[in-house]
Amino acid sequence: MMKQISINVNGVTHTRSVEPRVSLGDFLRHEIGLTGTHFGCEHGVCGACTILVNGVSMRSCLMFAVQADGCKVETVEGLSHAGAPLHPLQQAFRDQHALQCGFCTPGMLMTLIELLSETNNPTEEEVRDAISGNICRCTGYQPIVEAAMQAAKAMREEKV
Amino acid sequence: MKAPPFDYHRPASLRDALLLLKQPDARILAGGQSLVPMLNFRLLAPQHLVDLSQIDQLQTCVITSEKIRIGAMKSQRELENSAELARVAPIFPEAIRQIGHRQTRNRGTIGGSLCHLDPSAELPTLALLHDAIFEIASTEGVRHASAQDFILGAMNPALEEGEILTHVEMPVWRPGHGFAFLEHARRAGDFALASAGILVAVDSDGRIARLAICIGGLGDRPIRLAAAESELIGAMPGKDMFDRAAAHIAALPAEGSIHASAAYKRRIAETLLKRALETACARAAHMVSVA
Repeated sequence: MMKQISINVNGVTHTRSVEPRVSLGDFLRHEIGLTGTHFGCEHGVCGACTILVNGVSMRSCLMFAVQADGCKVETVEGLSHAGAPLHPLQQAFRDQHALQCGFCTPGMLMTLIELLSETNNPTEEEVRDAISGNICRCTGYQPIVEAAMQAAKAMREEKV
Repeated sequence: MKAPPFDYHRPASLRDALLLLKQPDARILAGGQSLVPMLNFRLLAPQHLVDLSQIDQLQTCVITSEKIRIGAMKSQRELENSAELARVAPIFPEAIRQIGHRQTRNRGTIGGSLCHLDPSAELPTLALLHDAIFEIASTEGVRHASAQDFILGAMNPALEEGEILTHVEMPVWRPGHGFAFLEHARRAGDFALASAGILVAVDSDGRIARLAICIGGLGDRPIRLAAAESELIGAMPGKDMFDRAAAHIAALPAEGSIHASAAYKRRIAETLLKRALETACARAAHMVSVA
């Protein structure tokens, strides 16, 4: 039985009829066409599909789109727009070479966005704890941690 | 890796949820952090999923210095970040921080974990440690079950068809009690090979006045070390006492897996228990009287 749902994604409300079994991540990729959210394991282990729902990080493979009816969703596409400067966290990833293949990057970014919204002065340990649910097979994590620390610094200075 | 088809229901009241649950092959959807992977793997294919997320009654939380009463749909992360809960029962944030990862704690609920009953899960271990009372609703009314009676084994809660766990209530230990929750997993956030939760109160001489020990992850469910708890009343915290407590682990049922043999899990549990006891006793303030 199809269900009609409305989900606000990066500020734009999308209304669609979906099968209840469609995950929120598949909804974003296939219905809305936002393919920045990546699916790795599809059972909640790899963290690549992390997005924000009502400002809180979640795995979009462990949630059905129908459950997000009426919610505000933020994906990696919402961090910056074509032609505009990168988000400080994206810029830091670029500066620190915090990605190689880029598959885990959207999930890493959205997880760290949540952390940086809670504290603009995280310790390295807090950063490592925050991304403990996001698997990266390229970087060895060190550049990602350095990028998070750089972004936190940039965001602190931006606020002053 | 996609879930099989099902009908989805999102009732706004407990009464509606209980009625929807009467449909054939209906299952409860709480936070979905264990259920959805099982659906994606096609280990389960229910006809109906009843999502409890919109039922306000299941979100209520009462925290006093005597007891805590938590709605089944409270997210693990809300509990982790609750200053009130940390004040009266500081073992909660310490244990909850070790559940999965922040993304799964944001969505995972206390009631979901208590009904899923993974043997290494932190919340069933905490519930048993605190002698929790489970409040269970059905269209017939409300009944209560102790943690001992509710936790029957791996993925085996004492719930009849059509019943919903609505709240869990736990007495709180007096201010100044010591506590510790330790676990060991192969990677951060993985299922623990073993865990140890401790609550302790000491008297004015520094001797053990009251003690609760719960070990998780060894067998098919968490288990209280009742024999050790009563044996050690009056003991002085120290290496001798920690060793005496750890000696009880050898008698516990344990199941090995490809990751760890039963013997290895017991060794880990012994070490965790000794370390947790040391921490808990060091944290316990001396008390003149213990209720």
